[in-house]
Amino acid sequence: MSTGELRRLPLRERHLAAGARMSPFAGWEMPLQYTGILAEHAAVRTDVGIFDVSHMGRVRVAAGDAGARIRAITTYDVARMRAGRAHYSLYCTPDGGIADDVMVYRLDDARWLIVHNADHAEADAARVRAAAGAAASDVGRETVMLAIQGPRALDLLAGVLADGVRAIGLRRCGELTWRGAGVFVGRTGYTGEDGVECILEPAAGGELWDACVAAGARPCGLGARDTLRLEAALPLHGHDISPETDPYAAGLGWTVTLDDGVDFIGRAALVALAEREPPRRLSCLRLLDRGVPRAGYAVRAGDVADGLGLVTLTSGAFSPTLRVGIAMAYLPAAVSAPGTRLAIAIHGRDVPAEVVARPFYRRDA
Amino acid sequence: MDFPAELRYTTEDEWVRVADGVATIGISDFAQDQLGDVVYVELPAPGRTLAAGEAFGLIESVKAVSDLFSPVSGEVIAHNDALTDQPELVNSSPYGDGWMIRVRMSDLAELDGLLTADAYRGRLPAAG
Repeated sequence: MSTGELRRLPLRERHLAAGARMSPFAGWEMPLQYTGILAEHAAVRTDVGIFDVSHMGRVRVAAGDAGARIRAITTYDVARMRAGRAHYSLYCTPDGGIADDVMVYRLDDARWLIVHNADHAEADAARVRAAAGAAASDVGRETVMLAIQGPRALDLLAGVLADGVRAIGLRRCGELTWRGAGVFVGRTGYTGEDGVECILEPAAGGELWDACVAAGARPCGLGARDTLRLEAALPLHGHDISPETDPYAAGLGWTVTLDDGVDFIGRAALVALAEREPPRRLSCLRLLDRGVPRAGYAVRAGDVADGLGLVTLTSGAFSPTLRVGIAMAYLPAAVSAPGTRLAIAIHGRDVPAEVVARPFYRRDA
Repeated sequence: MDFPAELRYTTEDEWVRVADGVATIGISDFAQDQLGDVVYVELPAPGRTLAAGEAFGLIESVKAVSDLFSPVSGEVIAHNDALTDQPELVNSSPYGDGWMIRVRMSDLAELDGLLTADAYRGRLPAAG
């Protein structure tokens, strides 16, 4: 329920002491940046950064049939996930639109955790409760969530947290005990870099933040989180995906399981959508000249003769890694092939741009 | 935050340094701090005539875009080429290497309408 008051992070004082510039986001007062977005972005790409992402929704489900119950509300057949796995999935509307994108973690046979976007945390928690009843519990208010991301993240955490963190493979999850507190660890993130996301109670979370920073993790805000995720072409709900877009147009068909025959919210609509080519596809654009594309700017046809229609950028930014403007937009299929020359209207100037393969940035495996 | 006393300022956070009828123009320490990391600056070519208050260019940081307004009237006689490859100079040296354009002023009396450093500082939101 929105009261007009911004919710404050439990670790707020630490962020202010670290020089954070705070900004409203999804009803929360969040760190936008500390020293600067470029330096924070670079730290995650080349070393290690730490983000407080406690605004994200977190719901635990504990029941022997939790997998089947979660399956009924999400696009991916999570019931097939083995213990210790993490999987990206979607919540859809009955007509196949994307209500939210979520991470589902299966801790063991009967215990699950789902992470939701802050904007939808309450609606999503209600969705899970409707499916799982009393087995679902919203743990957002009793925990914090910290993302430690970057090529050095695992080394740093092996020293700070426990060497056992190395045993948690990519897209897996596990639990550790640290200073008497239970720590959920998911080898996941939203930066396109290796790293983990930790969920634990706030007092221990504050200590973990301090220990990671002392070990060299650079505090990073939402500004860097946005440029990092866009370079990795990870969609942002409310911008690149929404109830008005479907998984196939968004390039997220891989998160939809239809062949298990199990019903879930939106399935009938998705069966129909899966049988046609999406008229528009979420595509990546790279500027060929100087300028900074931003969400809402218009895409121009450039050399393409006609038929582009009104297309606006769903996301756009200066890519700190590539040193060029990058953006995403739903392009008509005819102009969505990599190499297609288009343009982006930036302050009265049509700046040439090229469709490129997704993502813009992929880390060395 | 630094606001050199020998400069004049605008309410839009530009500064002016005048010598021999030529105004050197940039943005204040406060402005660069608010914008954050500057990644692109679009400046007019020499020869363009500007009126006081007219938009002469754009500055883009990672998080925001902002118009640049000329504090004075006159002809642009130079722009700072270094900002093409090093836009971050606006952050690191807003009153020095991060200057933007030089304008041969057509009306020196316009300086009287600009803010002193103390007056400019007094208009800024209190640090908090």
